[in-house]
Amino acid sequence: MKTKPDETADTQDTFRAERPENRRISRGSDPEVSESRPAPRVKSADQPEKKQPPLSRRQREFLEQERRHRTNVRIVRVMMLVLLLALWELFASFGVIDAFIFSSPSRIAACFLRMSRDGSIFLHTGVTLLETLVSFGLVVVIATAAAMLLWISRSLAEILEPYLVMLNSLPKSAMAPLLIVWLGNNMRTIIVAAVSVAVFGSILTLYTGFRQTDPDKIRLIASLGGTRRDVLLKVLIPSSVPLIISNMKVNVGLCLVGVIIGEFLSARAGLGYLIIYASQVLSRVHILTRLHIVLFLGLPNFHLLTLQAHDNISLI
Amino acid sequence: MKEKLQVKDLSYAYHELSGETPALSHISFDVEDGEFLAVVGPSGCGKSTLLSLLCGLLEPEEGAVLIDGIPREKSRAVIGYMLQRDHLFEWRTILSNVSLGLEIQKRLDSAAKEELRQMLTAYGLGAFQQARPSQLSGGMRQRAALIRTLALKPDILLLDEPFSALDYQTRLSVCDDISSILRARKKTAVLITHDLSEAISVADRILVLSGRPGRVKSVLKIEFAPEYDRPLARRNALEFSAYFNQLWKELRTDEDKT
Repeated sequence: MKTKPDETADTQDTFRAERPENRRISRGSDPEVSESRPAPRVKSADQPEKKQPPLSRRQREFLEQERRHRTNVRIVRVMMLVLLLALWELFASFGVIDAFIFSSPSRIAACFLRMSRDGSIFLHTGVTLLETLVSFGLVVVIATAAAMLLWISRSLAEILEPYLVMLNSLPKSAMAPLLIVWLGNNMRTIIVAAVSVAVFGSILTLYTGFRQTDPDKIRLIASLGGTRRDVLLKVLIPSSVPLIISNMKVNVGLCLVGVIIGEFLSARAGLGYLIIYASQVLSRVHILTRLHIVLFLGLPNFHLLTLQAHDNISLI
Repeated sequence: MKEKLQVKDLSYAYHELSGETPALSHISFDVEDGEFLAVVGPSGCGKSTLLSLLCGLLEPEEGAVLIDGIPREKSRAVIGYMLQRDHLFEWRTILSNVSLGLEIQKRLDSAAKEELRQMLTAYGLGAFQQARPSQLSGGMRQRAALIRTLALKPDILLLDEPFSALDYQTRLSVCDDISSILRARKKTAVLITHDLSEAISVADRILVLSGRPGRVKSVLKIEFAPEYDRPLARRNALEFSAYFNQLWKELRTDEDKT
Protein backbone atom coordinates (compact mmCIF):
# COMPACT_ATOMS: atom_id res chain seq x y z
CA MET A 1 0.00 0.00 0.00
CA LYS A 2 1.16 3.47 -0.73
CA THR A 3 1.38 5.28 2.53
CA LYS A 4 3.46 8.12 3.84
CA PRO A 5 5.86 7.07 6.57
CA ASP A 6 4.09 9.02 9.32
CA GLU A 7 0.82 7.45 8.31
CA THR A 8 2.14 3.92 8.64
CA ALA A 9 3.35 4.80 12.08
CA ASP A 10 -0.17 5.90 12.97
CA THR A 11 -1.82 2.74 11.80
CA GLN A 12 0.77 0.67 13.56
CA ASP A 13 0.02 2.53 16.73
CA THR A 14 -3.67 1.84 16.50
CA PHE A 15 -2.84 -1.78 15.88
CA ARG A 16 -0.47 -1.86 18.80
CA ALA A 17 -3.13 -0.51 21.07
CA GLU A 18 -5.28 -3.49 20.24
CA ARG A 19 -2.78 -6.07 21.31
CA PRO A 20 -3.36 -7.25 24.84
CA GLU A 21 0.14 -6.63 26.17
CA ASN A 22 -0.22 -2.97 25.32
CA ARG A 23 -3.55 -2.48 26.99
CA ARG A 24 -3.34 -0.54 30.12
CA ILE A 25 -5.81 1.06 32.40
CA SER A 26 -5.68 4.78 32.39
CA ARG A 27 -7.51 7.20 34.53
CA GLY A 28 -11.05 8.18 33.74
CA SER A 29 -12.26 8.88 30.26
CA ASP A 30 -9.28 10.86 29.11
CA PRO A 31 -9.53 11.15 25.33
CA GLU A 32 -5.74 10.93 25.00
CA VAL A 33 -5.61 7.32 23.97
CA SER A 34 -2.28 6.30 25.35
CA GLU A 35 0.30 7.96 27.45
CA SER A 36 2.89 5.30 26.78
CA ARG A 37 3.57 6.65 23.33
CA PRO A 38 5.79 9.69 22.92
CA ALA A 39 3.50 12.65 22.45
CA PRO A 40 2.88 12.95 18.72
CA ARG A 41 3.09 16.71 18.84
CA VAL A 42 4.74 19.13 21.16
CA LYS A 43 1.51 21.06 21.36
CA SER A 44 -0.39 18.27 23.08
CA ALA A 45 2.47 17.43 25.39
CA ASP A 46 2.66 21.03 26.49
CA GLN A 47 -0.97 21.39 27.29
CA PRO A 48 -1.65 20.85 30.97
CA GLU A 49 -3.69 17.68 31.20
CA LYS A 50 -6.56 17.34 33.57
CA LYS A 51 -6.70 14.38 35.96
CA GLN A 52 -2.97 13.82 35.54
CA PRO A 53 -0.58 13.86 38.47
CA PRO A 54 2.29 16.38 38.27
CA LEU A 55 4.94 15.28 35.82
CA SER A 56 8.03 13.58 37.15
CA ARG A 57 11.46 15.04 36.54
CA ARG A 58 12.37 12.40 34.00
CA GLN A 59 9.10 12.88 32.13
CA ARG A 60 9.78 16.64 32.00
CA GLU A 61 13.27 15.94 30.70
CA PHE A 62 11.87 13.63 28.09
CA LEU A 63 9.32 16.22 26.95
CA GLU A 64 12.00 18.89 26.85
CA GLN A 65 14.20 16.65 24.73
CA GLU A 66 11.32 15.90 22.36
CA ARG A 67 10.57 19.60 22.01
CA ARG A 68 14.20 20.42 21.29
CA HIS A 69 14.26 17.70 18.65
CA ARG A 70 11.17 19.09 16.96
CA THR A 71 12.44 22.66 17.04
CA ASN A 72 15.71 21.53 15.48
CA VAL A 73 13.91 19.71 12.70
CA ARG A 74 11.88 22.82 11.92
CA ILE A 75 14.88 25.14 11.95
CA VAL A 76 16.95 22.90 9.68
CA ARG A 77 14.00 22.53 7.33
CA VAL A 78 13.70 26.29 6.88
CA MET A 79 17.49 26.74 6.76
CA MET A 80 17.75 24.27 3.95
CA LEU A 81 15.29 26.21 1.82
CA VAL A 82 17.01 29.50 2.56
CA LEU A 83 20.41 27.97 1.80
CA LEU A 84 19.23 26.49 -1.50
CA LEU A 85 17.68 29.77 -2.63
CA ALA A 86 20.73 31.74 -1.57
CA LEU A 87 23.12 29.41 -3.43
CA TRP A 88 20.95 29.49 -6.52
CA GLU A 89 20.84 33.28 -6.49
CA LEU A 90 24.58 33.53 -5.88
CA PHE A 91 25.50 31.06 -8.61
CA ALA A 92 23.22 32.84 -11.05
CA SER A 93 24.52 36.33 -10.27
CA PHE A 94 28.20 35.25 -10.39
CA GLY A 95 27.60 33.45 -13.65
CA VAL A 96 28.39 29.94 -12.37
CA ILE A 97 25.11 28.86 -13.93
CA ASP A 98 23.48 30.52 -16.88
CA ALA A 99 20.68 32.70 -15.52
CA PHE A 100 18.93 32.57 -18.87
CA ILE A 101 18.54 28.81 -18.66
CA PHE A 102 18.29 28.28 -14.92
CA SER A 103 16.69 31.61 -13.98
CA SER A 104 17.16 32.80 -10.40
CA PRO A 105 15.03 33.33 -7.29
CA SER A 106 15.05 37.12 -7.68
CA ARG A 107 13.86 36.89 -11.30
CA ILE A 108 11.17 34.45 -10.27
CA ALA A 109 10.04 36.77 -7.48
CA ALA A 110 9.96 39.70 -9.89
CA CYS A 111 7.97 37.70 -12.39
CA PHE A 112 5.56 36.63 -9.67
CA LEU A 113 5.12 40.24 -8.56
CA ARG A 114 4.48 41.41 -12.09
CA MET A 115 1.91 38.70 -12.65
CA SER A 116 0.19 39.33 -9.37
CA ARG A 117 -0.04 43.01 -10.13
CA ASP A 118 -2.12 42.35 -13.22
CA GLY A 119 -3.91 39.54 -11.33
CA SER A 120 -3.26 36.89 -14.00
CA ILE A 121 -1.39 34.57 -11.65
CA PHE A 122 -4.35 34.37 -9.29
CA LEU A 123 -6.74 33.56 -12.09
CA HIS A 124 -4.55 30.74 -13.36
CA THR A 125 -3.73 29.41 -9.89
CA GLY A 126 -7.40 29.58 -8.97
CA VAL A 127 -8.44 27.64 -12.06
CA THR A 128 -5.87 24.94 -11.40
CA LEU A 129 -6.83 24.76 -7.73
CA LEU A 130 -10.52 24.47 -8.58
CA GLU A 131 -9.87 21.73 -11.12
CA THR A 132 -7.66 19.85 -8.65
CA LEU A 133 -10.23 20.04 -5.86
CA VAL A 134 -13.11 18.96 -8.08
CA SER A 135 -11.20 16.00 -9.48
CA PHE A 136 -9.92 15.11 -6.01
CA GLY A 137 -13.48 15.09 -4.65
CA LEU A 138 -14.61 12.92 -7.55
CA VAL A 139 -11.73 10.49 -7.07
CA VAL A 140 -12.47 10.06 -3.37
CA VAL A 141 -16.16 9.44 -3.93
CA ILE A 142 -15.79 7.21 -6.99
CA ALA A 143 -12.90 5.17 -5.56
CA THR A 144 -14.56 4.57 -2.19
CA ALA A 145 -17.86 3.60 -3.77
CA ALA A 146 -16.22 1.33 -6.34
CA ALA A 147 -14.01 -0.36 -3.74
CA MET A 148 -17.07 -1.05 -1.60
CA LEU A 149 -18.90 -2.49 -4.57
CA LEU A 150 -15.95 -4.78 -5.31
CA TRP A 151 -15.87 -5.83 -1.66
CA ILE A 152 -19.59 -6.61 -1.67
CA SER A 153 -19.34 -8.82 -4.75
CA ARG A 154 -16.40 -11.19 -4.84
CA SER A 155 -17.23 -12.27 -8.40
CA LEU A 156 -17.30 -8.70 -9.66
CA ALA A 157 -13.93 -8.04 -8.02
CA GLU A 158 -12.34 -11.10 -9.57
CA ILE A 159 -13.76 -10.28 -12.99
CA LEU A 160 -12.65 -6.65 -12.92
CA GLU A 161 -9.26 -6.93 -11.23
CA PRO A 162 -7.12 -7.44 -14.38
CA TYR A 163 -8.92 -4.58 -16.09
CA LEU A 164 -8.28 -2.28 -13.15
CA VAL A 165 -4.60 -3.19 -13.06
CA MET A 166 -4.39 -2.57 -16.79
CA LEU A 167 -6.20 0.78 -16.62
CA ASN A 168 -4.01 1.82 -13.71
CA SER A 169 -0.78 1.11 -15.57
CA LEU A 170 -2.00 2.83 -18.73
CA PRO A 171 -0.05 6.09 -19.21
CA LYS A 172 -2.78 8.69 -18.83
CA SER A 173 -0.83 11.44 -20.57
CA ALA A 174 -1.06 9.29 -23.69
CA MET A 175 -4.82 9.20 -23.26
CA ALA A 176 -5.16 12.97 -22.94
CA PRO A 177 -5.19 13.83 -26.68
CA LEU A 178 -7.95 11.26 -27.13
CA LEU A 179 -9.92 12.84 -24.31
CA ILE A 180 -9.82 16.19 -26.10
CA VAL A 181 -11.32 14.58 -29.17
CA TRP A 182 -13.99 12.86 -27.12
CA LEU A 183 -14.89 15.58 -24.67
CA GLY A 184 -13.79 18.79 -26.34
CA ASN A 185 -11.33 21.47 -25.43
CA ASN A 186 -12.67 22.42 -22.00
CA MET A 187 -12.45 21.98 -18.25
CA ARG A 188 -14.36 18.70 -18.38
CA THR A 189 -11.47 17.09 -20.27
CA ILE A 190 -8.98 18.28 -17.68
CA ILE A 191 -11.03 16.95 -14.80
CA VAL A 192 -11.57 13.60 -16.50
CA ALA A 193 -7.83 13.40 -17.17
CA ALA A 194 -7.04 14.14 -13.53
CA VAL A 195 -9.59 11.65 -12.25
CA SER A 196 -8.25 8.96 -14.58
CA VAL A 197 -4.73 9.43 -13.24
CA ALA A 198 -5.73 8.79 -9.64
CA VAL A 199 -8.89 6.75 -9.57
CA PHE A 200 -7.80 3.26 -10.62
CA GLY A 201 -4.87 2.96 -8.27
CA SER A 202 -7.07 4.35 -5.57
CA ILE A 203 -9.74 1.72 -6.12
CA LEU A 204 -7.14 -1.05 -5.99
CA THR A 205 -5.55 0.28 -2.80
CA LEU A 206 -8.86 0.72 -1.02
CA TYR A 207 -10.19 -2.64 -2.15
CA THR A 208 -7.04 -4.41 -0.94
CA GLY A 209 -7.41 -2.61 2.38
CA PHE A 210 -11.08 -3.51 2.70
CA ARG A 211 -10.28 -7.14 2.09
CA GLN A 212 -7.88 -7.17 4.99
CA THR A 213 -10.69 -6.58 7.47
CA ASP A 214 -10.28 -9.04 10.31
CA PRO A 215 -12.49 -12.05 9.44
CA ASP A 216 -13.18 -12.52 13.15
CA LYS A 217 -14.77 -9.08 13.32
CA ILE A 218 -17.05 -10.13 10.48
CA ARG A 219 -17.85 -13.33 12.40
CA LEU A 220 -18.66 -11.24 15.44
CA ILE A 221 -21.21 -9.19 13.50
CA ALA A 222 -22.67 -12.39 12.05
CA SER A 223 -22.92 -13.96 15.51
CA LEU A 224 -24.83 -10.90 16.69
CA GLY A 225 -27.32 -11.47 13.90
CA GLY A 226 -25.94 -8.84 11.54
CA THR A 227 -25.98 -8.93 7.76
CA ARG A 228 -23.31 -7.95 5.27
CA ARG A 229 -24.73 -4.45 5.32
CA ASP A 230 -24.02 -4.27 9.06
CA VAL A 231 -20.47 -5.46 8.43
CA LEU A 232 -20.07 -2.67 5.90
CA LEU A 233 -21.51 0.08 8.09
CA LYS A 234 -20.23 -0.99 11.50
CA VAL A 235 -16.85 -2.56 10.75
CA LEU A 236 -15.56 -1.85 7.29
CA ILE A 237 -16.14 1.88 6.97
CA PRO A 238 -15.09 2.95 10.48
CA SER A 239 -12.03 0.70 10.48
CA SER A 240 -10.96 1.99 7.06
CA VAL A 241 -10.93 5.67 7.93
CA PRO A 242 -7.11 5.81 8.35
CA LEU A 243 -6.66 3.95 5.07
CA ILE A 244 -9.06 6.23 3.21
CA ILE A 245 -7.23 9.27 4.53
CA SER A 246 -3.77 7.99 3.64
CA ASN A 247 -5.15 7.24 0.22
CA MET A 248 -6.49 10.77 -0.05
CA LYS A 249 -3.02 12.14 0.62
CA VAL A 250 -1.64 10.27 -2.37
CA ASN A 251 -4.60 11.36 -4.48
CA VAL A 252 -4.17 15.10 -3.93
CA GLY A 253 -0.76 14.89 -5.57
CA LEU A 254 -1.92 12.63 -8.36
CA CYS A 255 -4.89 14.89 -9.16
CA LEU A 256 -2.61 17.89 -9.43
CA VAL A 257 -0.40 15.92 -11.82
CA GLY A 258 -3.46 14.98 -13.84
CA VAL A 259 -4.74 18.55 -13.95
CA ILE A 260 -1.40 19.86 -15.17
CA ILE A 261 -1.23 17.15 -17.84
CA GLY A 262 -4.73 18.10 -18.91
CA GLU A 263 -3.92 21.79 -18.97
CA PHE A 264 -0.81 21.15 -21.06
CA LEU A 265 -3.05 19.84 -23.78
CA SER A 266 -6.32 21.61 -23.58
CA ALA A 267 -6.84 24.78 -21.63
CA ARG A 268 -7.26 28.47 -21.87
CA ALA A 269 -6.32 29.07 -18.27
CA GLY A 270 -4.45 27.36 -15.44
CA LEU A 271 -0.85 26.82 -14.44
CA GLY A 272 -0.32 23.99 -16.89
CA TYR A 273 -1.51 26.25 -19.67
CA LEU A 274 0.88 28.99 -18.50
CA ILE A 275 3.80 26.57 -18.43
CA ILE A 276 3.11 25.41 -21.98
CA TYR A 277 2.61 28.98 -23.14
CA ALA A 278 5.87 30.06 -21.53
CA SER A 279 7.81 27.12 -22.94
CA GLN A 280 6.56 28.02 -26.39
CA VAL A 281 7.89 31.55 -26.00
CA LEU A 282 10.97 30.10 -24.28
CA SER A 283 10.76 31.89 -20.97
CA ARG A 284 12.45 29.84 -18.27
CA VAL A 285 11.54 32.38 -15.66
CA HIS A 286 7.90 31.90 -16.42
CA ILE A 287 8.08 28.14 -16.36
CA LEU A 288 9.99 28.06 -13.13
CA THR A 289 7.67 30.56 -11.46
CA ARG A 290 4.71 28.41 -12.32
CA LEU A 291 6.46 25.23 -11.29
CA HIS A 292 7.07 26.78 -7.92
CA ILE A 293 3.45 27.71 -7.56
CA VAL A 294 2.51 24.16 -8.50
CA LEU A 295 4.90 22.94 -5.85
CA PHE A 296 3.44 25.21 -3.21
CA LEU A 297 -0.07 24.27 -4.20
CA GLY A 298 0.74 20.71 -3.21
CA LEU A 299 2.17 21.63 0.17
CA PRO A 300 -0.82 23.16 1.95
CA ASN A 301 -3.08 20.43 0.60
CA PHE A 302 -0.81 17.85 2.09
CA HIS A 303 -0.59 19.58 5.42
CA LEU A 304 -4.32 20.05 5.58
CA LEU A 305 -4.82 16.34 5.07
CA THR A 306 -2.17 15.37 7.56
CA LEU A 307 -3.93 17.44 10.19
CA GLN A 308 -7.22 15.94 9.27
CA ALA A 309 -5.80 12.45 9.46
CA HIS A 310 -4.48 13.06 12.93
CA ASP A 311 -7.82 14.43 14.05
CA ASN A 312 -9.64 11.47 12.70
CA ILE A 313 -7.49 8.90 14.38
CA SER A 314 -7.91 11.12 17.44
CA LEU A 315 -4.27 10.96 18.37
CA ILE A 316 -3.85 14.63 19.02
CA MET B 1 -33.43 -31.93 33.52
CA LYS B 2 -34.42 -31.52 29.92
CA GLU B 3 -32.03 -31.15 27.04
CA LYS B 4 -31.50 -27.61 25.88
CA LEU B 5 -29.20 -28.43 23.03
CA GLN B 6 -28.94 -31.67 21.12
CA VAL B 7 -26.33 -32.43 18.53
CA LYS B 8 -27.09 -35.40 16.33
CA ASP B 9 -24.58 -37.10 14.09
CA LEU B 10 -22.97 -33.87 12.96
CA SER B 11 -20.31 -33.90 10.21
CA TYR B 12 -18.52 -31.09 8.46
CA ALA B 13 -15.65 -30.74 6.00
CA TYR B 14 -13.91 -27.69 4.58
CA HIS B 15 -13.65 -27.55 0.82
CA GLU B 16 -10.82 -26.02 -1.09
CA LEU B 17 -9.54 -26.42 -4.61
CA SER B 18 -6.64 -28.49 -3.30
CA GLY B 19 -9.01 -30.94 -1.63
CA GLU B 20 -11.33 -31.34 1.30
CA THR B 21 -10.41 -31.36 4.96
CA PRO B 22 -12.80 -33.27 7.17
CA ALA B 23 -13.16 -31.30 10.40
CA LEU B 24 -15.87 -33.13 12.32
CA SER B 25 -17.21 -36.60 11.89
CA HIS B 26 -20.45 -37.91 13.38
CA ILE B 27 -20.56 -35.87 16.54
CA SER B 28 -23.47 -36.45 18.92
CA PHE B 29 -24.03 -35.02 22.39
CA ASP B 30 -26.63 -33.26 24.52
CA VAL B 31 -26.39 -30.27 26.80
CA GLU B 32 -28.93 -29.94 29.60
CA ASP B 33 -30.65 -26.72 30.53
CA GLY B 34 -28.35 -24.65 32.72
CA GLU B 35 -25.42 -27.00 32.21
CA PHE B 36 -21.86 -25.89 31.57
CA LEU B 37 -20.21 -28.17 29.03
CA ALA B 38 -16.54 -27.91 28.16
CA VAL B 39 -15.11 -29.29 24.93
CA VAL B 40 -11.43 -30.23 24.85
CA GLY B 41 -9.34 -31.84 22.18
CA PRO B 42 -6.00 -31.64 20.41
CA SER B 43 -5.52 -28.58 18.23
CA GLY B 44 -7.10 -28.83 14.81
CA CYS B 45 -9.82 -31.21 15.98
CA GLY B 46 -12.58 -28.91 14.78
CA LYS B 47 -13.54 -27.34 18.09
CA SER B 48 -14.15 -23.91 16.60
CA THR B 49 -15.96 -25.47 13.65
CA LEU B 50 -18.28 -27.13 16.15
CA LEU B 51 -19.22 -23.77 17.68
CA SER B 52 -19.73 -22.17 14.27
CA LEU B 53 -22.10 -25.00 13.43
CA LEU B 54 -23.97 -24.66 16.73
CA CYS B 55 -24.63 -20.96 16.25
CA GLY B 56 -25.41 -21.16 12.57
CA LEU B 57 -22.39 -19.40 11.09
CA LEU B 58 -21.84 -22.62 9.18
CA GLU B 59 -24.47 -25.06 7.90
CA PRO B 60 -23.88 -28.73 8.79
CA GLU B 61 -23.19 -31.03 5.86
CA GLU B 62 -24.74 -33.94 7.72
CA GLY B 63 -26.67 -34.28 10.93
CA ALA B 64 -28.66 -31.73 12.87
CA VAL B 65 -28.55 -29.31 15.77
CA LEU B 66 -31.71 -29.18 17.88
CA ILE B 67 -32.54 -26.51 20.42
CA ASP B 68 -35.36 -27.44 22.81
CA GLY B 69 -36.11 -30.27 20.39
CA ILE B 70 -36.60 -27.92 17.43
CA PRO B 71 -34.08 -27.73 14.54
CA ARG B 72 -31.77 -24.75 15.03
CA GLU B 73 -32.76 -22.92 11.87
CA LYS B 74 -36.44 -22.99 12.91
CA SER B 75 -35.84 -22.30 16.57
CA ARG B 76 -36.37 -18.81 17.90
CA ALA B 77 -33.78 -19.33 20.61
CA VAL B 78 -30.99 -16.75 20.81
CA ILE B 79 -27.44 -18.07 20.77
CA GLY B 80 -24.65 -15.91 22.12
CA TYR B 81 -21.14 -16.40 20.80
CA MET B 82 -18.02 -15.18 22.50
CA LEU B 83 -14.90 -15.18 20.39
CA GLN B 84 -11.29 -15.76 21.35
CA ARG B 85 -10.38 -12.11 21.22
CA ASP B 86 -12.74 -9.46 22.51
CA HIS B 87 -12.96 -7.52 19.22
CA LEU B 88 -14.16 -4.39 20.91
CA PHE B 89 -14.16 -1.62 18.31
CA GLU B 90 -11.70 1.13 19.04
CA TRP B 91 -13.90 3.71 17.33
CA ARG B 92 -16.74 3.09 19.77
CA THR B 93 -17.01 3.74 23.49
CA ILE B 94 -17.47 0.79 25.81
CA LEU B 95 -21.19 1.54 26.15
CA SER B 96 -21.71 1.66 22.41
CA ASN B 97 -19.56 -1.45 22.01
CA VAL B 98 -21.73 -3.49 24.36
CA SER B 99 -24.87 -2.21 22.65
CA LEU B 100 -23.63 -3.33 19.22
CA GLY B 101 -25.80 -6.48 19.13
CA LEU B 102 -28.97 -4.65 20.12
CA GLU B 103 -28.15 -1.91 17.63
CA ILE B 104 -27.79 -4.43 14.81
CA GLN B 105 -31.09 -6.07 15.72
CA LYS B 106 -32.69 -2.63 16.06
CA ARG B 107 -33.77 -3.28 19.63
CA LEU B 108 -31.76 -0.51 21.23
CA ASP B 109 -34.09 1.77 23.16
CA SER B 110 -33.60 3.80 26.31
CA ALA B 111 -34.76 0.92 28.54
CA ALA B 112 -32.24 -1.43 26.96
CA LYS B 113 -29.54 1.19 27.33
CA GLU B 114 -30.34 1.63 30.99
CA GLU B 115 -30.13 -2.12 31.48
CA LEU B 116 -26.73 -2.18 29.79
CA ARG B 117 -25.54 0.59 32.11
CA GLN B 118 -26.64 -1.46 35.10
CA MET B 119 -24.84 -4.52 33.77
CA LEU B 120 -21.67 -2.50 33.22
CA THR B 121 -21.87 -1.22 36.77
CA ALA B 122 -22.58 -4.70 38.14
CA TYR B 123 -19.48 -6.08 36.42
CA GLY B 124 -17.21 -3.27 37.55
CA LEU B 125 -17.16 -1.25 34.33
CA GLY B 126 -19.54 1.48 35.44
CA ALA B 127 -16.87 4.17 35.38
CA PHE B 128 -15.71 3.15 31.90
CA GLN B 129 -18.92 3.56 29.92
CA GLN B 130 -17.50 6.40 27.86
CA ALA B 131 -13.93 5.03 27.76
CA ARG B 132 -12.30 3.59 24.67
CA PRO B 133 -11.43 -0.11 24.64
CA SER B 134 -7.68 0.61 24.66
CA GLN B 135 -8.07 2.27 28.05
CA LEU B 136 -9.21 -1.00 29.62
CA SER B 137 -7.15 -3.92 30.85
CA GLY B 138 -7.41 -7.30 29.15
CA GLY B 139 -9.71 -8.69 31.81
CA MET B 140 -12.02 -5.69 31.69
CA ARG B 141 -12.21 -5.90 27.93
CA GLN B 142 -13.20 -9.54 28.12
CA ARG B 143 -15.92 -8.68 30.63
CA ALA B 144 -17.18 -5.97 28.26
CA ALA B 145 -17.24 -8.57 25.49
CA LEU B 146 -19.29 -10.85 27.77
CA ILE B 147 -21.78 -8.06 28.43
CA ARG B 148 -22.04 -7.45 24.68
CA THR B 149 -22.94 -11.14 24.28
CA LEU B 150 -25.31 -11.24 27.28
CA ALA B 151 -27.10 -8.08 26.12
CA LEU B 152 -28.99 -10.15 23.56
CA LYS B 153 -30.26 -12.37 26.40
CA PRO B 154 -29.01 -15.58 24.84
CA ASP B 155 -30.59 -18.93 25.77
CA ILE B 156 -27.34 -20.70 25.02
CA LEU B 157 -23.87 -19.24 25.28
CA LEU B 158 -20.96 -20.47 23.18
CA LEU B 159 -17.48 -19.57 24.37
CA ASP B 160 -14.57 -20.06 21.98
CA GLU B 161 -11.46 -20.03 24.19
CA PRO B 162 -12.48 -16.64 25.52
CA PHE B 163 -9.61 -16.52 27.99
CA SER B 164 -6.75 -17.70 25.81
CA ALA B 165 -5.63 -14.20 24.82
CA LEU B 166 -5.15 -13.16 28.44
CA ASP B 167 -2.07 -13.50 30.59
CA TYR B 168 -2.18 -16.31 33.12
CA GLN B 169 -3.07 -14.32 36.21
CA THR B 170 -5.84 -12.33 34.51
CA ARG B 171 -7.00 -15.49 32.91
CA LEU B 172 -7.61 -17.24 36.23
CA SER B 173 -9.58 -14.34 37.66
CA VAL B 174 -11.57 -13.57 34.51
CA CYS B 175 -12.41 -17.24 34.13
CA ASP B 176 -13.58 -17.26 37.74
CA ASP B 177 -15.58 -14.08 37.17
CA ILE B 178 -17.24 -15.09 33.97
CA SER B 179 -18.15 -18.60 34.94
CA SER B 180 -19.66 -17.30 38.21
CA ILE B 181 -21.70 -14.75 36.23
CA LEU B 182 -22.94 -17.48 33.92
CA ARG B 183 -23.78 -19.81 36.79
CA ALA B 184 -25.61 -17.08 38.67
CA ARG B 185 -27.71 -16.44 35.56
CA LYS B 186 -28.21 -20.18 35.04
CA LYS B 187 -27.08 -19.97 31.44
CA THR B 188 -26.55 -23.03 29.32
CA ALA B 189 -23.00 -22.75 28.06
CA VAL B 190 -20.57 -24.60 25.84
CA LEU B 191 -16.93 -23.68 26.40
CA ILE B 192 -14.17 -24.63 24.03
CA THR B 193 -10.70 -24.70 25.48
CA HIS B 194 -7.35 -26.34 25.10
CA ASP B 195 -6.56 -25.73 28.75
CA LEU B 196 -7.46 -28.90 30.65
CA SER B 197 -7.40 -27.33 34.10
CA GLU B 198 -9.65 -24.54 32.90
CA ALA B 199 -12.12 -27.11 31.60
CA ILE B 200 -12.13 -28.98 34.91
CA SER B 201 -12.46 -25.83 36.94
CA VAL B 202 -15.59 -24.54 35.21
CA ALA B 203 -17.47 -27.42 33.59
CA ASP B 204 -20.20 -29.80 34.71
CA ARG B 205 -19.20 -32.19 31.99
CA ILE B 206 -16.26 -32.39 29.62
CA LEU B 207 -16.52 -33.64 26.09
CA VAL B 208 -13.25 -35.03 24.75
CA LEU B 209 -12.77 -34.90 20.99
CA SER B 210 -10.23 -36.93 19.03
CA GLY B 211 -7.76 -35.46 16.56
CA ARG B 212 -8.82 -34.50 13.05
CA PRO B 213 -11.47 -35.27 11.99
CA GLY B 214 -13.01 -34.69 15.40
CA ARG B 215 -15.02 -37.52 16.92
CA VAL B 216 -16.51 -37.73 20.38
CA LYS B 217 -14.06 -39.82 22.32
CA SER B 218 -15.52 -39.72 25.77
CA VAL B 219 -17.60 -37.62 28.10
CA LEU B 220 -16.35 -36.95 31.59
CA LYS B 221 -18.71 -35.94 34.36
CA ILE B 222 -17.16 -33.45 36.77
CA GLU B 223 -18.48 -33.26 40.31
CA PHE B 224 -17.11 -31.27 43.20
CA ALA B 225 -18.29 -30.85 46.74
CA PRO B 226 -20.40 -27.66 47.16
CA GLU B 227 -17.67 -25.82 49.09
CA TYR B 228 -15.43 -26.09 46.04
CA ASP B 229 -17.97 -24.69 43.63
CA ARG B 230 -16.02 -21.79 42.24
CA PRO B 231 -13.38 -22.25 39.56
CA LEU B 232 -10.52 -21.02 41.74
CA ALA B 233 -11.68 -23.14 44.67
CA ARG B 234 -12.00 -26.20 42.48
CA ARG B 235 -8.33 -26.01 41.66
CA ASN B 236 -7.59 -26.64 45.34
CA ALA B 237 -9.86 -29.65 45.66
CA LEU B 238 -8.34 -33.10 45.93
CA GLU B 239 -10.36 -34.47 43.03
CA PHE B 240 -8.90 -31.85 40.73
CA SER B 241 -5.68 -33.66 39.98
CA ALA B 242 -7.50 -36.97 39.64
CA TYR B 243 -9.74 -35.43 36.98
CA PHE B 244 -6.75 -33.82 35.35
CA ASN B 245 -4.90 -37.13 35.05
CA GLN B 246 -7.97 -38.86 33.72
CA LEU B 247 -8.44 -36.19 31.08
CA TRP B 248 -4.76 -36.19 30.19
CA LYS B 249 -4.88 -39.96 29.69
CA GLU B 250 -7.94 -39.65 27.45
CA LEU B 251 -6.15 -37.19 25.22
CA ARG B 252 -2.86 -39.09 25.25
CA THR B 253 -4.31 -42.39 24.00
CA ASP B 254 -5.29 -40.51 20.87
CA GLU B 255 -1.78 -39.22 20.32
CA ASP B 256 -0.23 -42.66 20.78
CA LYS B 257 -2.37 -44.10 18.05
CA THR B 258 -1.49 -41.51 15.46
